[in-house]
Amino acid sequence: MSVVDPVIELARGLWRTLSSMFERPVTYQYPEQKRPVRPRFRGRHELLRYENGLEKCIGCSLCAAACPADAIFVEAAENTDEARFSPGERYASTYEINMLRCIFCGFCEDACPTEAIVLGDQYELSFSNRREAIYTKEMLLPPVRTQAQTTPRQTPPGIFTRSVPEMKDAHDD
Amino acid sequence: MDPWLWLEWFIKAFIMLMFLLTGFAYLTWYERRALARIQTRVGPNRAGPFGLLQPIADAVKLMFKEELTPSAADKILFVAAPIMTVVPAMILAAVIPLGTQFTLPFTQRVITLHVANINVGVLYLAAIASISVYGIVLAGWASNNKYAMLGGMRSTAQMISYELALGVCFVVAILLADSMRLIDIVNAQRTVWFAVLQPVGALVFMVTTLAEVNRAPFDMPEAEQELTAGYHAEYSGMKFALFFMAEYQKMIVICAIMATVFFGGYLEPIPGFLTNISWLSWLKVENSPLLGPVYMFIKIVVLLFVLIWVRATWPRIRYDRLMAFGWKVMVPLALALVFITAVGILLAEQFANRLYLAFIPTLSVLAGLVAVIMVDRAIRRKAYERR
Repeated sequence: MSVVDPVIELARGLWRTLSSMFERPVTYQYPEQKRPVRPRFRGRHELLRYENGLEKCIGCSLCAAACPADAIFVEAAENTDEARFSPGERYASTYEINMLRCIFCGFCEDACPTEAIVLGDQYELSFSNRREAIYTKEMLLPPVRTQAQTTPRQTPPGIFTRSVPEMKDAHDD
Repeated sequence: MDPWLWLEWFIKAFIMLMFLLTGFAYLTWYERRALARIQTRVGPNRAGPFGLLQPIADAVKLMFKEELTPSAADKILFVAAPIMTVVPAMILAAVIPLGTQFTLPFTQRVITLHVANINVGVLYLAAIASISVYGIVLAGWASNNKYAMLGGMRSTAQMISYELALGVCFVVAILLADSMRLIDIVNAQRTVWFAVLQPVGALVFMVTTLAEVNRAPFDMPEAEQELTAGYHAEYSGMKFALFFMAEYQKMIVICAIMATVFFGGYLEPIPGFLTNISWLSWLKVENSPLLGPVYMFIKIVVLLFVLIWVRATWPRIRYDRLMAFGWKVMVPLALALVFITAVGILLAEQFANRLYLAFIPTLSVLAGLVAVIMVDRAIRRKAYERR
């Protein structure tokens, strides 16, 4: 404790700000330079497909039921072997998410029995009118890899009978 | 009267005003960039190279914004207040010398590098600086808004209180230079800056100018957290831009005054150093007078950086403490400094030895330390009482 202590304290503050001038800026130059998102980031939804190209979504509406913001609208229709969209009996003929309502809570992910709906990495979701805010099924589905994997397609009867895939090594641990 | 003299005056005044107007725009850019770097950000860098077009974008935005006048406002004063704030800020710069003089090429005409060279320059500065209080308090009153009113009142009280210490600090420079003419004050610093001779004086001057231009940490009149925006809460568009302009132009001008009065004005930044090296002698102001404005500009930029740096470092002080600091610390300290300066000059004259001037910095630093101890003890006592 000396008489110049207050002066030293003030000078220390000034030195702190001056030295921080020579640190590297933490800024990301956003549109050019994007920061990779975190592993558990919840961005725009994606409606996934199986390896063979069939849609995972079976139109059960559990996501819509779980949604606290009432952002999801699902309408189901019957699958046939001539025009098959997803394994099992039913598929989502309409699947819409209103991004104006969505709060990105991820409850739909948890509710989905087939892990069809997941929150992806996309976060650039600007739109200029309300119509554009509604993401339809076509926008949410990833593109298929080959032409043979498109939906709807004809499948041999009696194979895709299960809506929810059989669990392998099902146990709690 | 010589008609060319009118033209010369006109051109000089025009250049000065243009310097202030563009200087204001680029000061906002400079402040934002410097503040950003201090906070390890980058700052505006999108519009043009290094964001240099950002002030233009801001100006265009402000010009096209809607201007609202509150229905219960005093219309005439509401319009007049920004003008009354911005005009003193601009005409303040008239007496600041930017250099000595030079002969215009191909003619016999000698151009002096200052707009006006009046023999009471310092008095002019003090007088005009206090006029701008009117603009602020009238803006607060005419807005018919409690916050604006409070902001205006605060700024009046603050500026009047700190003007005392500011004026007394001017007296220090007047005593040392033995003149009120700013050119004489600059020339008196040819051997040693007044900031070296009277360091605490320069410090007190800097603190009081901070309060005078309502800059952090004394930006009480526009404290966002307490008064939304203070006196210009009801202003928008170009009228707001005028207040903004006045504030930043005052910053530039006050830095120019500080450079003139305490940091050697248009003289070369390191006095005496350049005289010893012969091949660098062209850098001296006597040999190339057009370097005067350049040196002045460098000094202004450095001093402006100090203002920005202080804003980035220290928080706003409480209003009652601001007043207590102004009246109980700054004014007595400034008076003590005047006394010390006068005694030092008297001793130097009495014994005809300039070495006695060393008496001034030693004693003034001592006075400054006493002030620091007093403030520290007062704060400690209050903290003890609270417990």
